[in-house]
Amino acid sequence: MSDYTSLTADDLAQMLATIGVDSIEELLRAIPEDVRMREPLNLPAGRPEQDVFAHLRALAGRNTSADDEITFLGAGMYDHFLPALIESIILRSEFLTPYTPYQPEISQGGLQAMFEYQTAISELTGLPISNASLYEGPSAVASAAYMSKLTNGRPEFVVSRGLHPHARQTLATVAHGWGGRVVEVDLCDGVTDAGDLAALVGPDTCAVIMQQPNFLGAVEDLAPIAAVARAAGAVPICSADPLTLGILEAPGNLGFEIVVGEGQTLGNRLDFGGPSFGFLAASTDHTRRMPGRIAGETRDADGRRGFVLTLQTREQHIRREKATSNICTAQALNALAGVIYLSWLGRVGLPELGELLLQRTAYARTQLAGLPGVAPLHSQPVIREFAVRLDAPVDAVIAACQERGVNPGFALERAYPEYVGGLLVAITEQRSRADIDQLVGVLGEVLAEYAARATGAGVGR
Amino acid sequence: MNPSTDFAQTAQQREEVLTIFERGAPGRRASHLPALDVPVQPLEDLLPTRFRRRTVPLLPEVSEPEIVRHYVRLSKRNFDLDSGFYPLGSCTMKYNPKLHERVAALPGHARLHPFQRPEHAQGALELMWGLQSALGEIAGLPHVSLQPSAGSHGELAGVLLTRAYHEDRGDAREIVLTPDTAHGTNPATVTMAGYRVVGVGTNADGGVDLDDLREKATDRVACLMLTNPNTLGLFDPNISEIAKIVHDVGATLYYDGANLNAIMGISRPGDMGFDIVHFNLHKSFTQPHGGGGPGSGPIAVSDRIAPYLPVPIVTRTETDAAPVFDLVEDLPKSIGRVRGFQGNYGVFVRAYAYICSLGGEGLRHASEIAVLNANYLRALLRERGIGEYLSTPFDRHCMHEFVVSGGPMKRELGIRTLDLAKRMLDFGVHPPTVYFPQLVEECLLIEPTETETRETLEAFAQIVAEILAEAAVSPETARNAPYTTPVRRLDEALAARSPILRQPL
Repeated sequence: MSDYTSLTADDLAQMLATIGVDSIEELLRAIPEDVRMREPLNLPAGRPEQDVFAHLRALAGRNTSADDEITFLGAGMYDHFLPALIESIILRSEFLTPYTPYQPEISQGGLQAMFEYQTAISELTGLPISNASLYEGPSAVASAAYMSKLTNGRPEFVVSRGLHPHARQTLATVAHGWGGRVVEVDLCDGVTDAGDLAALVGPDTCAVIMQQPNFLGAVEDLAPIAAVARAAGAVPICSADPLTLGILEAPGNLGFEIVVGEGQTLGNRLDFGGPSFGFLAASTDHTRRMPGRIAGETRDADGRRGFVLTLQTREQHIRREKATSNICTAQALNALAGVIYLSWLGRVGLPELGELLLQRTAYARTQLAGLPGVAPLHSQPVIREFAVRLDAPVDAVIAACQERGVNPGFALERAYPEYVGGLLVAITEQRSRADIDQLVGVLGEVLAEYAARATGAGVGR
Repeated sequence: MNPSTDFAQTAQQREEVLTIFERGAPGRRASHLPALDVPVQPLEDLLPTRFRRRTVPLLPEVSEPEIVRHYVRLSKRNFDLDSGFYPLGSCTMKYNPKLHERVAALPGHARLHPFQRPEHAQGALELMWGLQSALGEIAGLPHVSLQPSAGSHGELAGVLLTRAYHEDRGDAREIVLTPDTAHGTNPATVTMAGYRVVGVGTNADGGVDLDDLREKATDRVACLMLTNPNTLGLFDPNISEIAKIVHDVGATLYYDGANLNAIMGISRPGDMGFDIVHFNLHKSFTQPHGGGGPGSGPIAVSDRIAPYLPVPIVTRTETDAAPVFDLVEDLPKSIGRVRGFQGNYGVFVRAYAYICSLGGEGLRHASEIAVLNANYLRALLRERGIGEYLSTPFDRHCMHEFVVSGGPMKRELGIRTLDLAKRMLDFGVHPPTVYFPQLVEECLLIEPTETETRETLEAFAQIVAEILAEAAVSPETARNAPYTTPVRRLDEALAARSPILRQPL
């Protein structure tokens, strides 16, 4: 029941005497009686550290984590391997406990890490300017949309249905505030229908928003879409998985002016959905409209190299209602994990991992498609995730597989009613061939049982 | 005790500053991936060449020991809360308990996938339910969404809730009022949410100017955003009257929870008449700040705002056996999602552990000691040798933080608040927040928090006295400070004028 204070009775007496009051109560007199609590907070009594630990461990024990089953769940967050050095660095008090670096002379570690992170994100995305992090992927999409609104003032966002459903929903929520609206472009054989998209883009289009690879795992043909957007004076925005950008062409090299995304795949835990980080990179035209912190290089009074937060005249604490964003605290520690991870993976490791994911995913896709009752949902190239259609109720199939120790993936119907029976399967480098074979075996068994039951029921009628 | 001001460089200052991109050597690497254990197909068959990246991203080529040494060295160029006093006003830099990192790292929490089906995530949902309930009780507002990612994100959700509430009643409004003492995030949020900001003045006692408020509170006003205690560290005793004025014109009252650490268990925003509250779990509830995040900004709301809360929210259903928890997404009047997944769950784990450790009594005690520590430090800074240079503009007890003005210091000693702050760096403390709130001349906003010892507060006052005494003799010492930090005063104008925002490669 520690409250982490250090006050003794002697301290209290002496401090009150110095202040010139008799009790702490006297210090609270500005709070009128009618807004004071008359009863104590209705919360359980405080507990010693070991009891709290036991309680939190018991709660953890009631979750099925990625350690407890062979999981193929992805759909926006992925079970990639986290090398041990990340935790050993980010748990150091010097990185864990400081505030945003408002005093740069004593924050050079954090500021330089931001500068390095910005460099890495710039390299991955093919765009020159990166900020120091946003909250997570979907809100980063909404931030990019707001930048576009500041760019051309138009009301409409043309959005691929391959964009993560949470990103589309977040964008709709936030854009409603400033009067923006969202129109969706359907997918055709797993990828954005370029013809439909071109027909929807016009003089009201503020931005066109794509995702690479898209929610179904498919690789989109991005260059023509960026060209359509630019021709209409709309801002082309792409949400990308940074981990695939060693092998997939960078959207920034294909004409996209803003590239955002979810940073969880770069060295961050699953954590039931957060904290991770969002990233945002842009072309230099957009520099003065960037949201959030940006670190820049400068010199100290003696000419030494140093780093500061810069271009702060964009930001809320200076510009107030004229700021380009309201963001203050973002995800600095998670972004640090990201740049450590990218340094660990390295120049050779990033494309190597991309190839490994391509090969393992292709193997899994072929094996699964060979099962009776499983058909590919689309035929597009995939890199780390793919969609199939099951000839059985997908929720029940997932539950039955989980009982056998395998989580086969995400039920697409949860977000896409048009894909009845759709299952989205993610393959990371942590899923070996043996794991994939086990998935194929378990899913095959479960589907066979359904097929048998269906046949039996048919005979009975 | 006075640190050296001679120009003998420290070892850190002599170190060459190299980024991770400037270390390493071609061909060097840290990662080794698992073997390719599946039949290998030609790459072209899997990914057509036109989708392939033509030039590889120029990531570092470094070994694992090199990475670790690089970032450990970088870490030593940071000041941190575990190393010294950090009285940054409005930021609540209280101790971050070590237990929290241990529990957050348990695989059942850290390795739980956000799309795990609810029946396989009952522990996580129960934790979120427990945190929701506790925050609702602390706020005095029963309906909670944990989704927003930080304080300003909670503000955005809160103003969008206000919009949804008015629109649902067919009541288009266009103005949100914010006091001139408000955090910058308040007016910035208002603009993002499509409203226009109108400022409200501050009275001589540091509270809301009621006459100004009455004049500006019209039926075009959607909301008043307030923090109480405000950013001057003062509790506004007129809060009930303020709430009445705002409610009488049909507007909502929004509570910026940045200053909640003053009143936990003592007074509740809901009881003051607030409709919407955001919490900063990285302030009052000990999530480490991480050098600029992660945070978390849950919101609690009154009955009339509840139908519009962002999704998902956690529900609890009683059964014959144990209660069952679920995530609900389909609330018909909800404003929708404000981010991906459920929110920053890892932060929830730490905040929940903190609330379990302290309980209701402990939270109240924490707030009381936060107020005591602030008033004690304020009293020390009014003593002779300090008070004549740093004035305390409001002659009343403060809550958990307080402002002082460096105006007299600037006039009589010729050093500015910035110089005082920079000289503090040489003494091994983090300076308070400077130049905020803007209405106080040469302002310092000081928040010691409840976890500091009496000795730390006294040592800080002693440091201030020494710097002022030094400035009386030699003001240029402070003007050129710091001297002992890894770098000396940095040229921020240069950085903004000729931006270098990434390493050229």
